[in-house]
Amino acid sequence: MNANKTAAMVLDEIRAEALRSWEQMRQKTLIAVGAATCGRAVGALEVAGVFREEIERLKVDAAVIEVGCMGHCYAEPMAFIFKPGFPGICYGYLNEGLAARLVRDFLVDGDPCVEFALAADGVNDFIPTFQDFPRGLVEQKMVMEHCGLIDPENIEHYLAVGGYGALAAALAMDPGEVAKLVKASGLRGRGGAGFPTGSKWDLCRAAGEKTRYVICNADEGDPGAFMDRTILESNPHLVVEGLAIAAYAVGAGKGYFYIRAEYPLAVERIRKALDQAGKYGILGKSVLGTGFGLEIEVFQGSGAFVCGEETALIASMEGKPGLPRHRPPFPSEAGLFGKPTVINNVKTLSYVPYILRNGADRFKETGTPGSPGTAIFALAGKLVNTGLTEVPMGTTLRQIIYDVGSGIAGNSNFKAVQIGGPSGGCLPGETLDTPIDFDSLTRAGAMMGSGGIVVLDENDCMVEMARFFLDFTQKESCGKCTFCRLGTRHMLGILERITRGEGRPEDMDLLLELAGDIRAGSLCSLGKTAPNPVLSTLKYFRDEYEAHIFEKRCPALMCKDLIAYYILPHKCERSCDACVGSCPVEAIYSNEDRIKVINQEKCVKCNSCLVACPPQYRAVVKVSPPDLAAGKEKENDERKSQDNH
Amino acid sequence: MQLTEEERKEAVEKSREILARYDGSRGGLIPALQQIQDVLGYVPAEAMREAAGHFGMPAVDVYGVVTFYNQFRLTPPGRHQVKVCMGTACHMKGGNIIMESWERVLKVKVGETTPDREFSLERVACVGCCTMAPVALVNETVHGKMTPTKVDGLYFSHQLANQQKKEGMPE
Repeated sequence: MNANKTAAMVLDEIRAEALRSWEQMRQKTLIAVGAATCGRAVGALEVAGVFREEIERLKVDAAVIEVGCMGHCYAEPMAFIFKPGFPGICYGYLNEGLAARLVRDFLVDGDPCVEFALAADGVNDFIPTFQDFPRGLVEQKMVMEHCGLIDPENIEHYLAVGGYGALAAALAMDPGEVAKLVKASGLRGRGGAGFPTGSKWDLCRAAGEKTRYVICNADEGDPGAFMDRTILESNPHLVVEGLAIAAYAVGAGKGYFYIRAEYPLAVERIRKALDQAGKYGILGKSVLGTGFGLEIEVFQGSGAFVCGEETALIASMEGKPGLPRHRPPFPSEAGLFGKPTVINNVKTLSYVPYILRNGADRFKETGTPGSPGTAIFALAGKLVNTGLTEVPMGTTLRQIIYDVGSGIAGNSNFKAVQIGGPSGGCLPGETLDTPIDFDSLTRAGAMMGSGGIVVLDENDCMVEMARFFLDFTQKESCGKCTFCRLGTRHMLGILERITRGEGRPEDMDLLLELAGDIRAGSLCSLGKTAPNPVLSTLKYFRDEYEAHIFEKRCPALMCKDLIAYYILPHKCERSCDACVGSCPVEAIYSNEDRIKVINQEKCVKCNSCLVACPPQYRAVVKVSPPDLAAGKEKENDERKSQDNH
Repeated sequence: MQLTEEERKEAVEKSREILARYDGSRGGLIPALQQIQDVLGYVPAEAMREAAGHFGMPAVDVYGVVTFYNQFRLTPPGRHQVKVCMGTACHMKGGNIIMESWERVLKVKVGETTPDREFSLERVACVGCCTMAPVALVNETVHGKMTPTKVDGLYFSHQLANQQKKEGMPE
C-alpha cells in the first residue's frame, strides 16, 4: 500500500501552490490588521479601511489583509507592517489618523515612525521584539504560534506555514497509533475537567458501533473567557486539522463544530475554512486522496450555558432542550443519536497537530508531569495589559498577572483573582505563587475551568462578585435537578439581601449549608460547581461579608445600596460645572458658595459625576454606609450657619 | 401579542419555505428555528406550529425548545437591537451602569422594546470582548470601552441618522 505516501504527496502539491503565492505576497509591502472581534470592537475595520484608501490614493504597491488576534488585546487596534528592507513592525493603539500617517510616512517616505511602534518581528537594532517584553520570558506558543500573523480566511496562508502536515502524517499512521500517540503525550482536555484526551478516544474506538461522530465543543459560555473565540477567529484551520485528526483516530466519518451563537465571526470563519478545506480535497469523500471520508458541519448553539456540558450539548444537537443526563454511558460509548461520540474542546484539538508534528516527548517537555503542555489564559479585569496568553502549565499566577499582564492598572492594589468563571473561585494574594495546573487550582478552591482570568482590585466587592456569579448560574440552571434550580435561587436571594444591607448574622452559615446541598444534589458540573464562587469568597474574604452584614457598609464601595456619592467641599473648584452637566437626573446643584452638592434623593448613583470631575480636583468620592453623605452635608450646613453668626 | 393577518400569513409562508429545506429528522429543529428567527426576527406561534407539523412532534415540545434557549425571542424585536454585555469583566468595569444608561436613554427596561419598535434592549452573558470592557452591541456592531456619555452619543447618532433619512438628505 502506498496510500500513505499519497497523503503527503497530495499535500505537497497543494502546498507548492500556496507557498508560491505566499512568497509573492511577502515580496511586496503587506499590512496585516488585527481584525478579530476584540479589534473590531475598537475600530479595526475602520483602520483597515483607511489603510486601503490611502494606499489607493497615494498609489502605493501594498496589500492589506485582515488577520486574527496576537493576544495583545490591550493595544488594539493594531497592525503589522511588513515592508521589504525593514523588519516586520507592529503598531498598536491605532486610529484612522495614525493609519493615514503610517502610509504616508512609512510606506511612501520610508520613515518607520518608531515612536508609534509597539514591537518588531525578528531581532533588529531599533525596536524590541515581543520576545523582549517581560511576558516573552514566560510565554511559550504551541497553539497560538501563527495567530495574528496569517489570514484566517485564506487556507493558503495556513498551508504555507506548514498547515495540514500533521493530518498527512496522521493519515500515514494506523488510527490506533494516532490515539496511542495522543495518549502518550498526556494531553488533558482543556475544557475544564482535564480528562485525558487519548483515553477518551480509546473509549470511542473500543465501542462496537461503526457510525461514530466527533464534535468540537466551541460553546464557550464562561463569562470572562475568550480563548476559544480567539483561536477560532485567528486560526480556524488549526482546529479543523485537529478535529480531522481526531476523526481519523476514532474512525468517525462525520464531525461537527458546536459554536455558540454569540460568536458570529467565529461561525463565519469556520464555515469559510471548511469550504476551503473541502475545495482543496482536505475534507470530503477522500481526505488527501487516502479514501478516508470526512464531512464536517457547523452547528450553532442557541445561547444556553449548560450546553457546554457534553450530554446537554448532544441533547441540543438532537433538537431537544439542553438538559444533561446521567453518565455512564459516556458519550464516547453512546453519544449523538446514540452513537459513540468524541467531544473535545477547541483548545484540546488545537494541541493535536502540534503533538503529531513534534511527537509526544516534545509535548511533555513543557508543563508539569501531571498536566503537560501549555495553558491558554484570557486575561481581563483591572490589568494594565489585558489579552490572551499562552504559558507552560506550572507557571504561577503571579507571573501571569505581573509579567504578562504588567500588574494592576491605575492607582490601585491587587485584591483577588477570579479564575475558572462561574465554576471557579476568587483567590487572594497569598495563593499567587501556586503553580497553575488542573490539580493545584482545585486544591486552592478554584478551578482551571476553561481559562478565563479576571483580576480584581480593591474597588471590587467580593460579595457582589459572588452575587454576580450566582445570578448567572441561577439563570443558566437548566432546571432538571431541584437543588441546582432552587438552591441557587435561595443562595442568590441571601446574597442579594447582604448586598442591599439587609443581611442577617446567620446568613453566612446558611450559605455554607446550602452550598453543600447543591454540590451533593446536582447531576452535572454546572450545579456541582455553582457554589464555588461563594465558598471561595467566604473562605478568603469573610471580613467583607461581615462588614456588609454587621456594619451595613461595602468596603470596596461597590454595592449600590450601601454607598452614596459625595462632593468634598474643600476640593470642589466651584467655577467648574463638569459634574452638573454630566448628571443625567439633575441631582447636582450649586449652593450659595457655588460649591456643588448632590441631592441624595434624586441621585441614581450612575458614577457619571465621579468620572466627569477633572483629575486635578477629584472632588467626587463614594462613601459607605450611605448615610455618611447626608451626615456630612448636615455638618457642613451647621458649620456654615455657625460661621454666619 | 396580536399579529395582523398579513404578519401571520408572512410567518406561515416564510416558515414553510425554510422548513422545506430540512428532512423530518429532529436534529434539524434548532437550525430551522434559528433560520426562521434570522428571517422574521423572532419565532411566532405560527412558526412553532408549522415546525411541529414538519418534524412530527407536539407543538408544546417545540415551545419547550424555544423557551429553553436564550437566543430565541417570542416577540418582534426593535429595528435596532441594543445588547449590553453582562460578563464578569464588563460587570466589574460597570456593565450595570451602562445598562442603566441605556434604560434611561431609551426609557425602557431591559428585555423591552420601545413603543415605536425602534430599539429593543437586552442583556447578553458574554460576547468575549472582555479586554474592551464594558461592552455594548448595537445590532451586530460591538462597541468597546463604553461610558454613559458614549451611550448618549450612540443614541444621538442614531436619532440623527433617522432624521436625515426622513428629510431625505441628498448625500
